[in-house]
Amino acid sequence: MADTWSLGKHTFTSRLLVGTGKYESFPTMQRALIASGAEVVTVAVRRLDLSKTGAESLLEWIPKGMTLLPNTAACFTADEAIRTARLGRELEMGDLVKLEVIGDKRTLFPDVEGLVQAARVLVKEGFTVLPYTNDDPVTAKKLEDAGCAAVMPLGAPIGSGLGIRNPYNLRIIMETVKVPVLVDAGVGTASDAALAMELGAVAVLMNTAIAEAKEPVLMAEAMRDAVAAGRKALLAGRIPMKLHASASSPMTGLIGS
Amino acid sequence: MQVKLNGEIREVPEGTTVAALLAQLGVKAQRVAVEVNEAVVTKDRYDAHALRGGDAVEIVAFVGGG
Repeated sequence: MADTWSLGKHTFTSRLLVGTGKYESFPTMQRALIASGAEVVTVAVRRLDLSKTGAESLLEWIPKGMTLLPNTAACFTADEAIRTARLGRELEMGDLVKLEVIGDKRTLFPDVEGLVQAARVLVKEGFTVLPYTNDDPVTAKKLEDAGCAAVMPLGAPIGSGLGIRNPYNLRIIMETVKVPVLVDAGVGTASDAALAMELGAVAVLMNTAIAEAKEPVLMAEAMRDAVAAGRKALLAGRIPMKLHASASSPMTGLIGS
Repeated sequence: MQVKLNGEIREVPEGTTVAALLAQLGVKAQRVAVEVNEAVVTKDRYDAHALRGGDAVEIVAFVGGG
């Protein structure tokens, strides 16, 4: 049976979601998106640059068949995030939104109060809400209670590449909520993505780790493999950690004994 | 009359509709979303929705993001 997962009415096979920001060019982005095997790609909603034509051409570079996940990045209040989500829906004609309400410019940590508030409004309006949140189990529960289709705690600050800073909180979140838990932000390299999946994340969302790698297309492939490997390791069930050795070769039948 | 378009004051003919504004700007209606006074104007209302002096109009599109 295929190992699929769902967000609201959408079902996916790939457990890697990728962003479209920070690429040096659209062609590189397109090749990286394909190499990642992702089925969901995030996009931002911004004022159209009216001084140049073709400023709206991002969509032409996103491979057909990929599901767009509009975000509310850089919104600092619930109201801004709600307005941005509505515009994103109008652009995309879908129901998914990656909800961000940012509380601090330097760390880009979420304003969880505004986040929960915005989530309640958008859920009522029929959005499938995926909130980017802190690694805080209490907030995660509030977001689930607000009707969010998933929760997306950070591994580390957006774009930091610091990896999974608090694996224990992520595990507690996974124990606490029934909706899918996606790790969003903080991944620096393939092992971070594998770790997130081994911890039990349903999927991982990343942008900078791929877009700003020296070879984005190769890194996209590495992330695809790491997410798949982490998922398989989780399903396979790792051995318990032991302080002392446990021999892999028989200790009997040795020559000269 | 004057409207505020993406944060900048702009002169447009009296009674300009959203559809006419987009055409005047050379913007493909399918690739943008429009908000007037903080409320989305859906594509099916572009022809009917006439702007008024002082309206705040936002025209947005998707850009790369994470």
